[in-house]
Amino acid sequence: MTRLIMGPFNRVEGDLEVTLDIAQGAVQSAHVNSPMYRGFEQILQGKAPADALVFVPRICGICSVAQSAAAAQALAAAMNLVPPKNGRLAANLTLAAENLADHLTHFYLFFMPDFARAAYQKRAWFADAGPRFRALTGAASNEILPARAAFMRIMSLLAGKWPHTLAVQPGGSSRPLQVSETIRLYRQLREFRGFLERTLFGDTLEAIASLDSCAALETWIDTRPPQASDFRRFLEIARDLDLVRLGRASDTFISYGSYPQAEGEARFSLFPSGVWDGSAHAMNSADIREDVSHAWYAQAETPQHPARGSTVPLLDKPGAYSWCKAPRWQGRVVETGALARQVVAGQPLIRAMVAAGGGNVFSRVVARLIEIARILPEMEAWAGQLEPGEPYCVVGEMPQEADVEGRVEAARGGLGHWLSVRRGRIHAYQIVAPTTWNFSPRDATGTPGALEQALVGAPVEAGEAAPLSVQHIVRSFDPCMVCTVH
Amino acid sequence: MNLLWLQSGGCGGCTVSWLGAEGLPLLATLADEDLSVLWHPSLSEATAAEALALIGACADGSQPLDILCVEGSLLRGPNGSGRFHLLSGTAEPLISWVRVLASRARHVVAVGTCAAYGGVTAAGVNPTDACGLQYDGDTPGGLLGAEFRAGGGLPVINIAGCPTHPDWISETLIALARGTMTREDLDEVGRPRFYADQLVHHACPRNEFYEFKASANKPSDQGCLMEHLGCKGTQAHADCNLRLWNGSGSCLRGGFACIRCTDPGFEEPGHPFAETPKIAGIPIGLPTDMPKAWFIALAALSKSATPTRVRENAKADHILRAPSLKKPARRS
Repeated sequence: MTRLIMGPFNRVEGDLEVTLDIAQGAVQSAHVNSPMYRGFEQILQGKAPADALVFVPRICGICSVAQSAAAAQALAAAMNLVPPKNGRLAANLTLAAENLADHLTHFYLFFMPDFARAAYQKRAWFADAGPRFRALTGAASNEILPARAAFMRIMSLLAGKWPHTLAVQPGGSSRPLQVSETIRLYRQLREFRGFLERTLFGDTLEAIASLDSCAALETWIDTRPPQASDFRRFLEIARDLDLVRLGRASDTFISYGSYPQAEGEARFSLFPSGVWDGSAHAMNSADIREDVSHAWYAQAETPQHPARGSTVPLLDKPGAYSWCKAPRWQGRVVETGALARQVVAGQPLIRAMVAAGGGNVFSRVVARLIEIARILPEMEAWAGQLEPGEPYCVVGEMPQEADVEGRVEAARGGLGHWLSVRRGRIHAYQIVAPTTWNFSPRDATGTPGALEQALVGAPVEAGEAAPLSVQHIVRSFDPCMVCTVH
Repeated sequence: MNLLWLQSGGCGGCTVSWLGAEGLPLLATLADEDLSVLWHPSLSEATAAEALALIGACADGSQPLDILCVEGSLLRGPNGSGRFHLLSGTAEPLISWVRVLASRARHVVAVGTCAAYGGVTAAGVNPTDACGLQYDGDTPGGLLGAEFRAGGGLPVINIAGCPTHPDWISETLIALARGTMTREDLDEVGRPRFYADQLVHHACPRNEFYEFKASANKPSDQGCLMEHLGCKGTQAHADCNLRLWNGSGSCLRGGFACIRCTDPGFEEPGHPFAETPKIAGIPIGLPTDMPKAWFIALAALSKSATPTRVRENAKADHILRAPSLKKPARRS
């Protein structure tokens, strides 16, 4: 058995170190370490509740709106506020913009450059894909960054700027769009659609979103050449490298639900909440516990619900190896993210892929791209539903005492905030981020977290200092380490 | 010129902001200005051992290093050990790596307020003993010390902002690559003066509301955010409303207060961010360079002169009353 410590593990957001025990050409066990701690939960204690809106987006530069939205929901719950229709639509649009930008960034800048490595130069697709996806110098990056920047102009209309906006408010949005601005917003969405259809998919978004079985996807692949689009290029590579075999975790998926379609009615969300393990279960946040047995924190006797959780650093704790806590749902290791959202939402292709091969490198990446194709048309519709002249924001009184939660879906999965207010100040603020779920360390029963499970069995070639299979698996989760520990 | 970028105790938001640069494709621009990226955590192919070899070569001097960019605050805790942040793949605290690399670099750049002054990571009880590269809040010192000068002779260049603007980064790097940046181009807290010599107030679209002290009461109102909602745009050093964000935005244009995020210590304003502290109804934080007595006198005068149009629009989320039409001048 040889031990390999991989770090700094880059093209992920934030700091990550992975320790592998390797034998017989495969990973036998993995330990995932988040090596940085900042202490936002401690920083927030004692502050005015509304100040959370300044601090929590700054947990994460790439999921900042999701953090704002979770805080805004918690504060809204404390004040019994329901945003008006325009406020709800603006919040959906803002969150969706961030989700899409993150999916795009992940695909082009974080995930695909690994296939441009010299190790793959003998593959048939390399002559085309290598120069296209190469890190820093690839042709794709000089197309994608301007397209992404043009798309994110909608943030100047919806949120003033991105990242780190304060436009996402408990009672709606601070940024009322006027008639001409709703037209600009719609035009910018249509421009981005054009880029996606031309460059990413080589097909209409509707055609991609309605792929409804593995057979339909195979037919789609077989009816166009490998260079037809970047999605098609990925599918060629995935088929050749059999990415479907890599990175299977617990095959239990959690989604908090996202994009409410009516005031205060989460159950009418575009993507509903739930847990999927081959059959559907209700997602009740009361079933969540955070285990800190292998994390550098002082611990209570049993894992606590986040509403009763604490964050007290304790270095030199025996057996601990990460700053990441280990959240569990009904004691189980679950995976969250676009794949979980789409499988819970019942997107037929994703359901079929998960039934056939579970969560793996291939299904995670396809789910993200399917989600792009599903969300943008919704954004176009939401832009059309804005009613300039009608209210965007309502306000209320913060009570002296409150115990509330806010849950949203960030690009990377379920994000929860649990807030306690005492004597008008933040008494406790606990955050469980998507990658906290996916990259958790072992729990008290010794059960490894989702990525730790997914890495077991990953093939390692002789002499590989940074095994490619491991890189594909890790990046397939699109981890956000700065959210993970915060 | 080459460039090594490290992320420390921050959120990565300055990189995310930078990737949103408008205009020419960012990476093509860097190449065109002869800026080559040795390694960047979000962009480079090299990972783990490959990346460590490169960082190690910069640290031992075998790879000459022109520009060291650090994003995120420097975590000195617990007890000065730096163990709240070890560089992945090594048992060494990131602060140790930064000290060595800074001693090798021709230029050291703090990307964002965290790396410059400590920023939000240093807020509250500052659990990690976070500070900036050369400042601890507004006190010179920080990780590298007040006397630190990089190989090229400049102190740490503080591209403060939370996040910082993509063009503030690019234009600073380009000026360094061209060799045109001097000590005189930095203000007294190390920020490039090309953006820090402006105030956020400059070109604020709410200026007419400011002039008449016609103030917003709640988020989404169109009025001035200074009197009630905590805006510090008249004191904050940055060209946000001249340069604009994501094409046409800014905090004020997004309907929320400037929180002075380019300044040392912004993270602890001493009051809730979205409320303006006042004494006897007068905001404590007066506009930069404005004598207090004059401010009070002018505010009282302008309030009494506020046009109905401005007063009503200030407390609405859309235009209730349009400016009246000027009658054409009569020909004599």
